Amino acid sequence: MELLSPAGSLPALKAAVDEGADAIYLGLKNDTNARHFAGLNFTDKTMTQGVNYAHDKNRRVHVAVNTFAHPDRSQAWFDAVKKTHDIGADVLIASNIAVLEYAATHYPELELHLSVQAAATNVAAINFFNQFGVQRVVLPRVLSYQQVANLAQDTDIELEVFAFGSLCIMAEGRCYLSSYMTGESPNTVGACSPAKFVRWQETDQGLESRLNDVLIDRFGEGENAGYPTLCKGRFNVEGKISHVLEEPTSLNTLSLLPQLNNIGISALKIEGRQRSPAYTRQVTQTWRRAIDAMKKNPAEFQVQQEWDRCLSNLSEGSQTTLGAYERTWQ
Amino acid sequence: MEFSMGNIQFYWDKESTNDFYQKLADSNVEHVYLGESVCSKRRELRLGDWIEIGSELSKKDKSVVLSSLALLEAKSELATLKKVCLNGELSVEANDFGAVEILSQAKIPFVAGAALNIYNQYDLKILLDRGMQRWVAPVELSRDWLLNVSNGCEELGIKDKFETEVYGYGYLPLAYSARCFTARSENRPKDQCGLCCIKYPEGRKVDSQEGAELFRMNGIQTMSGTIQNLINDLPSMTGLVDIVRMSPHSLEVFDWLDKFQSALVNHSRISLEGFCNGYWHKIEGMKTV
Repeated sequence: MELLSPAGSLPALKAAVDEGADAIYLGLKNDTNARHFAGLNFTDKTMTQGVNYAHDKNRRVHVAVNTFAHPDRSQAWFDAVKKTHDIGADVLIASNIAVLEYAATHYPELELHLSVQAAATNVAAINFFNQFGVQRVVLPRVLSYQQVANLAQDTDIELEVFAFGSLCIMAEGRCYLSSYMTGESPNTVGACSPAKFVRWQETDQGLESRLNDVLIDRFGEGENAGYPTLCKGRFNVEGKISHVLEEPTSLNTLSLLPQLNNIGISALKIEGRQRSPAYTRQVTQTWRRAIDAMKKNPAEFQVQQEWDRCLSNLSEGSQTTLGAYERTWQ
Repeated sequence: MEFSMGNIQFYWDKESTNDFYQKLADSNVEHVYLGESVCSKRRELRLGDWIEIGSELSKKDKSVVLSSLALLEAKSELATLKKVCLNGELSVEANDFGAVEILSQAKIPFVAGAALNIYNQYDLKILLDRGMQRWVAPVELSRDWLLNVSNGCEELGIKDKFETEVYGYGYLPLAYSARCFTARSENRPKDQCGLCCIKYPEGRKVDSQEGAELFRMNGIQTMSGTIQNLINDLPSMTGLVDIVRMSPHSLEVFDWLDKFQSALVNHSRISLEGFCNGYWHKIEGMKTV
């Protein structure tokens, strides 16, 4: 079971390699990937340096080209595939069928992984994407552990799951809430609730966070004020104000490690290309220790308090959850 | 340009559903979508019931399509999807690539639904080769985007090989989740939801703390807080759009169907207060131009 760490910059990539990530995933500095944020991601030069750094230590680099090609400039997505291949990265992560087909026909030797943005949640969908030669599928965070286990049984294709990080509660790639409110969505511009629409304001009623002028949340004194990702706001349903869609928490599957290993999950993905190199370093270190401990003695595996403490400190609202994995029902 | 009536995305009881389709049988709509696309637990009507309604509507010269589930997680849902796809009578709207796989393997032509991520001409070419006959554009796409897709299709020589449909009227389906938001809003666990969404035939309103209408909860689906209404945009659809979809939230949709059909002839414009149409104009979906 491979540990796959996020890198939003060359220092983050180096930190992940140094702390024992088996592979690192990254994106180019444009809207061909789903973390298209200012100051983030890789140029040709830093990507080359990153690939060399990882390869020197026998680690692999995955490049996410996982937004959807625009009809008037699809070539930018095809160029990103070419670049991934030419720079010598090991894996292309894609979701758009146009991009997958382009990669499959032009660079058949390039290993293809299906991005979570393709939202393949069932065997029939996996079989559909398999025709492009996809070797691994990254599963959306909407599935329960049992559903993941069923899929592992029903398909020969490698499965990768999210192990830690910010939690998306919608089927990824099939959520337009962000463009409904701001005009920009993960699928079209590579960002959810983009930072340029965020505004913070101290008011008599508390600290307010707004996205494109819409009030997302209002925080009292001492409350942890998180980034106004729109699905994590407090809204009003018939007079009751609550986190209607989702609380600001992070996914943490440390306690599921032995089970994920048992059902043959190929890789554990850490979310957070938008986070700092320090985040990547700490999360990678903790998960490396946990995976190594689990592999050494799966039967006796226990989550160490210090791992949990470290991960909680790095989490949204300092809270973690098993998310959909802990559902016992459909 | 023709019109379609989308499938009922909310959970209505059998009687209301039957009343709706009786009214629809006498309406002037050319195309009809039927069936459950949101939640597999909703069983007021079974597949057999939908096919029966569809067959009756076919006799009234409606072109009928069976819609399929958008988010499939459980094995039982996949089994139902197979039955829907292989129903043998009605053509099918695929709302997940799993459905595309089942239909293309069985060599059954299909409609590519709005829940599929199809954003460019190359995507369309791939699906055309696998039996797509009609494309329902993702709801977030603008006129400009469709124009670019259309130009791209012309270059690939596939422009006239399929129909294009857009959501013209109704609450927009914006997201699908593992979580049932309606059950959550009533403090019910999803496995004990009691099918409570049946109490909200037009979804449950989600407002900001300042009273802005943001969303409508519809089970696992999150919809737009206001109705998208592209009646004033019909002239700008010429040459790009073959079918305009009316998505029902109540019987009021039939009045709007009449208004849309008249507007197409009279080129009349109406006030859009309380509606949104931003997506079509390449801005925030919730805004109105």
